[in-house]
Amino acid sequence: MSFVVGLIAIGALALIFGLILGFAAIKFKVESDPIVDQIDEILPQTQCGQCGYPGCRPYAEAIANGDEINKCPPGGEATIKKLADLMGVEAKPLDAAHGEESVKKVAIIREDECIGCTKCIQACPVDAILGAAKQMHTVIEHECTGCDLCVEPCPVDCIDMVEVKAKPETWQWNLDSVKQNIHKADTIPVKLVE
Amino acid sequence: MQDIKQFVESGQIARFPGGIHPPERKQPASEQPLRRVPYADELILPLRQHIGLSGQCTVRVGERVLKGQPLTDAALHQGLPLHAPTSGTVKAIEQRPMSHASGLPEQAIVITPDGEDKWRERQPRPDYQQRDKAELLDIIQAAGVAGLGGAGFPTSQKLAQQKPVSYLIINGVECEPYICADDRLMREHARDIVLGMRILAYITGTDKTLLAIEDNKPEAIDSMRVAIAEYDDIELRIVPTKYPSGGEKQLIQLLTGHEVPSKQLPIEMGIIMQNVGTAFAVKEAVIDDKPLIERVVTLTGECIEQPGNVWSPLGTPVDALLEYAGFKPEQQQRVIMGGPMMGFTLPITAVPVIKTTNCILVPSTRELPPPGDEMACIRCGACAEVCPATLQPQQLQWLAKAKDYPALEENNLFDCIECGACAFVCPSEIPLVHYYRQAKSQMRNQAREQAKAELAKKRFEARQARLEREKEERLERHRKAAEARKQMQQQQAQEASEQPSDNDGKSSAVAAAIARAKAKKAAQEDGSSTPAQPADAEPEQKSKKSAAVAAAIERAKAKKAAQQTARESDVEAESPATEQQRPAQDKSAAVAAAIARAKKKKQAREQQTSDDRASQSPDQEDKQ
Repeated sequence: MSFVVGLIAIGALALIFGLILGFAAIKFKVESDPIVDQIDEILPQTQCGQCGYPGCRPYAEAIANGDEINKCPPGGEATIKKLADLMGVEAKPLDAAHGEESVKKVAIIREDECIGCTKCIQACPVDAILGAAKQMHTVIEHECTGCDLCVEPCPVDCIDMVEVKAKPETWQWNLDSVKQNIHKADTIPVKLVE
Repeated sequence: MQDIKQFVESGQIARFPGGIHPPERKQPASEQPLRRVPYADELILPLRQHIGLSGQCTVRVGERVLKGQPLTDAALHQGLPLHAPTSGTVKAIEQRPMSHASGLPEQAIVITPDGEDKWRERQPRPDYQQRDKAELLDIIQAAGVAGLGGAGFPTSQKLAQQKPVSYLIINGVECEPYICADDRLMREHARDIVLGMRILAYITGTDKTLLAIEDNKPEAIDSMRVAIAEYDDIELRIVPTKYPSGGEKQLIQLLTGHEVPSKQLPIEMGIIMQNVGTAFAVKEAVIDDKPLIERVVTLTGECIEQPGNVWSPLGTPVDALLEYAGFKPEQQQRVIMGGPMMGFTLPITAVPVIKTTNCILVPSTRELPPPGDEMACIRCGACAEVCPATLQPQQLQWLAKAKDYPALEENNLFDCIECGACAFVCPSEIPLVHYYRQAKSQMRNQAREQAKAELAKKRFEARQARLEREKEERLERHRKAAEARKQMQQQQAQEASEQPSDNDGKSSAVAAAIARAKAKKAAQEDGSSTPAQPADAEPEQKSKKSAAVAAAIERAKAKKAAQQTARESDVEAESPATEQQRPAQDKSAAVAAAIARAKKKKQAREQQTSDDRASQSPDQEDKQ
């Protein structure tokens, strides 16, 4: 008798908890893996594919599944550090097989040499190249992530990757660089001595 | 709020934490009367002179401009127009090095003065009290008045706050060593400054104006005291000399006994602060209809023969000012724009005076020795004692070197006013402010990058969605086309099966047509052929026809041959081709060049891959 009661009691409890869990699964459903979103936030979104994955999100998914965190050259050390913090792993130096961290660049099309083949337009992951078949193409500079993907497909090699020029608002107070240019700069502030 | 009122009514002066007492060195520059600098050979007016966007240029190269004529449109936000400092012609609109520590080039309008100094039409407005406040704000904005004390924030914007203002504070403290431009202006133009203060008070609707002057300027205090005597609602407050009492937040703390909370503006406390120079510029803009085209600049330092304060037209190159004041440079001479604490060493002296330039300091190595080598921080804490914002400079310095931006944010780096007091007292000669500036600009850059990454992500996702959609649409189209084909085939099959039924009618019609044609032919033959040669007629006609065709073909061939030879000779002689041919040839040449480039690229790639393979194979051999 007591055996049956126990069975019924446990069964009833199982049913209740099952219902609660089932309800929670529907009510508090998470659309996608939040860790992937968090990783994706950290990645620089150049969509360059240097990590070997077609874009930043696929790489974020791969990291969530245990891939190495040091395959992102555009992000560089800063990104690796953040990823290491997030994933709770040791920060490693950038994997040289995927490229080296370099200065920010943008693509510039030498417009008089462009033959209008649209190959670069198809290659651009962020739709930052404007043009049509047999018409000149041009890069929308502030949308360009400098991912380098348009250079390879160009049949006439008319795309250059150029360094982003410093503007007064993006200037980094790197007085050494001024010194190199003009040989007159000094550290700031000038120190008064009585 | 009540506390603030009580404190201000009592007329006390509070204290702010920290601060230093550097040697003032305002003499001898402060003792010389204001002089007027002659117009330089060219005036350089950078389109952007202050925080915010630059306006759109409204003049063209070669255009004649009159003194006070606007040169740019105000930009949408925080923009101020720029005016011609004198009459002359626009010599160029080009990139010129800007008055900034970086010396980076920026778009500027260059004007060659014609020496006539001819004004545009002016409408003096002595009756400002009859005018609407909004109208006065528009006048101030159109005159390009920016805050002349510090960062050059557009004055009209600061005044247009839709919040009640209980106190207007006019800042005549001028606490930085060497600088005495406001001091001189107060001594010589006290009445005009007071008029400007009245206008500012009228616009803000406040009933109390406080004028603050540091106690090291007795002459300025005397002259201002006389000028404000007739106004009951202006009170003079004399603050003790200490650097940086002239900072906005520090002065508010001195006068109200309350600190402006972090990340808040003085307006939240019901306070607006303006510099005495700004008050003067507002008076000129409103009453005299004179836009901001010149300002007082202190020229000082031991390497100048005639130190003093001058009225300098905006755009005057620094080297012209130095020449005017008698520049005797020493070896490796430094020229500092601004004061010794907050200014920056100019990379080149070809940069112009802009709206925020208050001082050009040309020190000798004896009076301002160049900074020594940086040594390690010994954690003495002297910097924390003098920080007027009660920050922990040594901590910030460690964090800035470690690039720990979240921690810098937590330690309120953005409350640092970059006054330089910490660097002044540092026994290890650490250029602290330099580290803070670097960290700040890197943090701003990072925020910008973050925003850009967000945008790139959105664009990438939008593109992915578009590609997906296009693919689906294509598949859908193919499916539809396949369906249509299928249907058509079915229909045809159906028609084929249905054909026998209506075959009779159709074939009979065809048969009838054939019969009709035959009859017609027969009739024709009958009519055309003579009865004598009924049998020969047809073949003869046929042969005639074929002969004609052959002849025509011959002709065509001959023509073609002729054309070809002509073309060949054209090419050989390289005679000028017709205009229609030329572009075609160019195009084909360009295409050929492009093809050649493409081929070369391909070849190079192949070469490379084969090289790679070649270089790999030995390795493999080695391994084996």
